[in-house]
Amino acid sequence: MLNVGAITEGFVLDHIQAGTSLSLYHDLKLDKLDCCVAIIKNARSNKMGKKDILKVECDIDTLDLDVLGFIDHNITVNIIKGEQIVEKRELHLPKEIKNIIHCRNPRCITSIEQELDQIFLLTDEATETYRCKYCEEKYKGPRARLRSHAR
Amino acid sequence: MQHLMSPLDLSVEELDKLLTLANDIEKNPQKYAHACEGKKLATCFYEPSTRTRLSFEAAMLNLGGSVLGFSSADSSSAAKGESVSDTIRVISCYADICAMRHPKEGAPLVASEKSKIPVINAGDGGHQHPTQTLTDLLTIRSLKGRLSNLNIGLCGDLKFGRTVHSLIHALIRYPNIKFTLISPEELRVPSYIREDVLRKNQVPFKEVERLEEAMADLDILYMTRVQKERFFNEDDYVRMKDFYILNKKKMSLAREDMIVMHPLPRVNEISVEVDDDPRAAYFQQVQYGVYVRMALILTLLEVEVC
Repeated sequence: MLNVGAITEGFVLDHIQAGTSLSLYHDLKLDKLDCCVAIIKNARSNKMGKKDILKVECDIDTLDLDVLGFIDHNITVNIIKGEQIVEKRELHLPKEIKNIIHCRNPRCITSIEQELDQIFLLTDEATETYRCKYCEEKYKGPRARLRSHAR
Repeated sequence: MQHLMSPLDLSVEELDKLLTLANDIEKNPQKYAHACEGKKLATCFYEPSTRTRLSFEAAMLNLGGSVLGFSSADSSSAAKGESVSDTIRVISCYADICAMRHPKEGAPLVASEKSKIPVINAGDGGHQHPTQTLTDLLTIRSLKGRLSNLNIGLCGDLKFGRTVHSLIHALIRYPNIKFTLISPEELRVPSYIREDVLRKNQVPFKEVERLEEAMADLDILYMTRVQKERFFNEDDYVRMKDFYILNKKKMSLAREDMIVMHPLPRVNEISVEVDDDPRAAYFQQVQYGVYVRMALILTLLEVEVC
């Protein structure tokens, strides 16, 4: 069993779907941060069988919880202070996401007016359906496909 | 300030009020002849659509207002690369209300977000065409006397026909509505309409391939054109366009009080011999289109006529 030391202050993202932590690392723009990040892949999990974990030694405010909620709202967010979990944040599917994914409908106005924000609205929570605000094109997200979809 | 992007922007109550106003305009046109004096309608049409543009213009002229605008992107500043957001900011300084048609879906919504005047979506690509739906609802309510307890046959291109999709969305808000979807296999309604709209709202419907099978049970037959521009392949268009032609023989199977509607223009899906049948309502529908646009302009401009 590989041991990764506890962090003093920061956050731990637990119960990440196995194999998706690296894309999550990029989606959350953790590569842009100048802090210590541990990516743990395929850790044993009673609940999931296998899971990924991200440990980040920086302030929770640097994390966009809307992006995280959109990618996978089942991820557990643990906030660490003094090496202890002081808070667990619940994630929700955000009602609106801006400039995270792009509309792929070639007939959408966003395809020709590049300065427009790419806004998707949660139109059906049960089926986790997001639609482009402008053309109502459905985006069947989210999770690890996010990055490939956005480009 | 209110805009109109989708027929569902209006609640059933608001819609009822609008249709009642349209019926009053129909009965008392003189009462409204000067209602919009001094007001200007801008028709910003980024793609040609003579029918819708003229209907809007006729509506504003009937109200005593005036019109300005452009009828293709080539003759607007869009040809120079101006954004919709910038164009509407400029138009807001010239006019009191704007009707916008654009080939790109969502363009009128973008305009409405930056506009200082009410914006009406006059058709955005294959997405929405709310004033056509309002026209259809007014026609149905005026000629059938109700928007509930109806079996509506939708025939032709049900896959790409946005008028049909919008009408389905609008009518399922009324009680006891049934649909009979008449189309070739290739042009059936998209699965999101079948599953997410009809089945999800427990609206009864059946899908048939032959017009004759459905005729006897219908209160309304809504015919649509198989649009050439929706096809990538001309052979496919030629093969399918004549599948569903309404003629006198098929009309003989229908009820005496059924009405035939069509968003127009027709090509050959309704034989001209049907035009003289009292059940042919598609030219009346055009007239109702003007009344409902007049009612819409009055409503969005908040003009009250006593």
